[in-house]
Amino acid sequence: MTTGELALHQAHAVPPRGWLRWLTTTNHKDIGTMYLVFSLAMFFVGGLMILLVRAELFRPGLQLMEPELFNQLIGVHALVMIFMALMPAATGFANWMIPLMIGAPDMALPRLNNWSFWLLPPAATLLLMPFVLALFGVGTGAVGTGWTLYAPLSVQDGMGMDFAIFAIHLLGISSVMGSINIIVTILNLRAPGMTLMKLPLFAWGWLLTAFMLVAVIPVLAGAVTMLLTDRHFGTHFFNAGGGGDPILFQHLFWFFGHPEVYIVLFPVWGFTPHILSAFARKPVYGYRAQVYAFWVIGVLSVIVWGHHIMTSGLSTAGLLYFMYSTMAISLPLSVLFFCWIATLWRGAMTFEAPMLFALGMIVLFGVGGLTGLVLADAAADAQYHHSYFVVAHFHYTLFAGGIMGIMAGAYFWLPKMTGHLYSEKLAQWHFWLTAVAFNLTFLPQFFLGLAGMPRRIPDYALQFADFNWVSSVGAFFLGAAQLLFLVNVVKCIRGGPPAGDKPWEGAQGLEWTLPSPPPRHTFQTRPVGE
Amino acid sequence: MEPQRRANRRLALKLGAGALAMAGFGYALVPLYDAFCQATGLNGRTGTAEAGATGVAEARWVTVEFDGTVMPGLPWRFEPAQLKQRVHPGEPATAFFRVKNLADRPLDGRAVPSVTPPAAARHFTKTECFCFGRQRLEAGEERVMPVTFIVSPELPRELGTLTLAYAFFPSEGEEK
Repeated sequence: MTTGELALHQAHAVPPRGWLRWLTTTNHKDIGTMYLVFSLAMFFVGGLMILLVRAELFRPGLQLMEPELFNQLIGVHALVMIFMALMPAATGFANWMIPLMIGAPDMALPRLNNWSFWLLPPAATLLLMPFVLALFGVGTGAVGTGWTLYAPLSVQDGMGMDFAIFAIHLLGISSVMGSINIIVTILNLRAPGMTLMKLPLFAWGWLLTAFMLVAVIPVLAGAVTMLLTDRHFGTHFFNAGGGGDPILFQHLFWFFGHPEVYIVLFPVWGFTPHILSAFARKPVYGYRAQVYAFWVIGVLSVIVWGHHIMTSGLSTAGLLYFMYSTMAISLPLSVLFFCWIATLWRGAMTFEAPMLFALGMIVLFGVGGLTGLVLADAAADAQYHHSYFVVAHFHYTLFAGGIMGIMAGAYFWLPKMTGHLYSEKLAQWHFWLTAVAFNLTFLPQFFLGLAGMPRRIPDYALQFADFNWVSSVGAFFLGAAQLLFLVNVVKCIRGGPPAGDKPWEGAQGLEWTLPSPPPRHTFQTRPVGE
Repeated sequence: MEPQRRANRRLALKLGAGALAMAGFGYALVPLYDAFCQATGLNGRTGTAEAGATGVAEARWVTVEFDGTVMPGLPWRFEPAQLKQRVHPGEPATAFFRVKNLADRPLDGRAVPSVTPPAAARHFTKTECFCFGRQRLEAGEERVMPVTFIVSPELPRELGTLTLAYAFFPSEGEEK
């Protein structure tokens, strides 16, 4: 850095005060914080929606809402949770931690970074506004097709669909720009001596996530643009009457949709070994194996999309191909599982909140993975498809694998980010209530699905009443338990015992060599690796 | 720092171009899927090969069943004139469908064919069909429409029966 640039840098080292600081910031820690706060807010918005749904499903019959509103709530719940809670949380951690972990002064493209974040609030507004407009008699409410937006329903749906299409465009642009930033940061700004095979696993997980995002988000953007032109500009991509094909939409959607699962989970699988190693006080086992497993899963993820549409009339050859290729993913995935277990093996383990959430994630995500193998079986899938079995399965992967993983990361890094220790007692309550309530909510849904209860229907046959009652009670406990997390985070930001540079004695990595909280600018001079 | 920034910008632009290319690939998937289905007969897609390209298998009989449905939004009645027909593989045959517009205004519709089982689809070719274009029926008009087809002698031995099903969709606006 030349002297002139250094002076320039120090001139804006003192940020503007108040809201302008947050609007104009290009600092990776500020932007990371905004991502995390936005994600937490949206986590509660999406949670509130699904609690309304669970309240409706508490008893058979229609109690609280019309089926149209029910359909809108389930679809927007999924879009909010995936695109505005899980993905921004992972991006928030990436912004905060990747520069600290690889010894970079900031993200490589700071202004792009600011823009990536500030596209999210308008996207959330677009997606949610139709609910409000409907209250004033404008339109028929939000998108009502479920998050998969299948044609031809999405071609016929009301204006909530158009809002959702533009929201997805903004979210897509935001995550592609965020991904480009992360790739450039990791490839160009590593500390001298940090080769790619010395990269922290969190950075590896994110590098592959970012590549997947750049590859598949544009395909989704293209698919929803086709929907838009089908709806308003007379094209017939998905309209059989004009020579199009509604099944084509399903193929395009899941070409994006399956890698999306790994996009959400790779960052979590990336930092899980950091946490396990810290609390088992042992080095990470099988670093190379985990990196190669990430690569294999990433490549396989884009060629298995058909297992989501096995009942759409795929030929036998297609069914067999998608069945075997999907099952093949369980091999690299078990490599990750064995590496995690081997990292714990004979370690001096302690069970603070990050460790509990990481272990809970491993066990419960394991259930999600195994039931995924059941669904991948083309013969069995004909029965389970579109039933509550699927709902239970993907909540074991995305809530247990995703959200509980994110919670592990949050507790792990909160002391580093705020400089204060969180309340361990509150966090322990949070974990145990979450783990119990989660199983209470979703375990019965496996059996509901096996018994034939279809998803996305606001009413159900009487024999499903008992399990739905249990599931709804569990859901309300699960929602309430997350308030403990909110309280804990707010308390931790406001004060608490000082965390010190390294609150976890077994933690490894460059980020723990910095003070907590780290100063606004870190690694202005490059650290030199061993 | 300057070469660093240039390197960052270069890599970012390359990745951005990659993202744009993937959006293009999304659109390219539309004809690619079509070509794939046409080549393999998946999705019940049938060919439109020239008639009599191969010889007639006099000794063999194949039963073709017919079905017709109308999709919501099109007030038409549509049904096959015959439920099934026995044909020799390789020999052109013609079947008829009856259609009537029940509305009091002219309406456009388009029939989308599908052949099951999927393994038979690529051995089923139509030489003339009302499904090749859009059909317009005046108010109350009734019409009998032909389809001429050939079942290829290469149809696998184990397939003795196949079904040709049409679904009539409402068709508005410009044709693609």
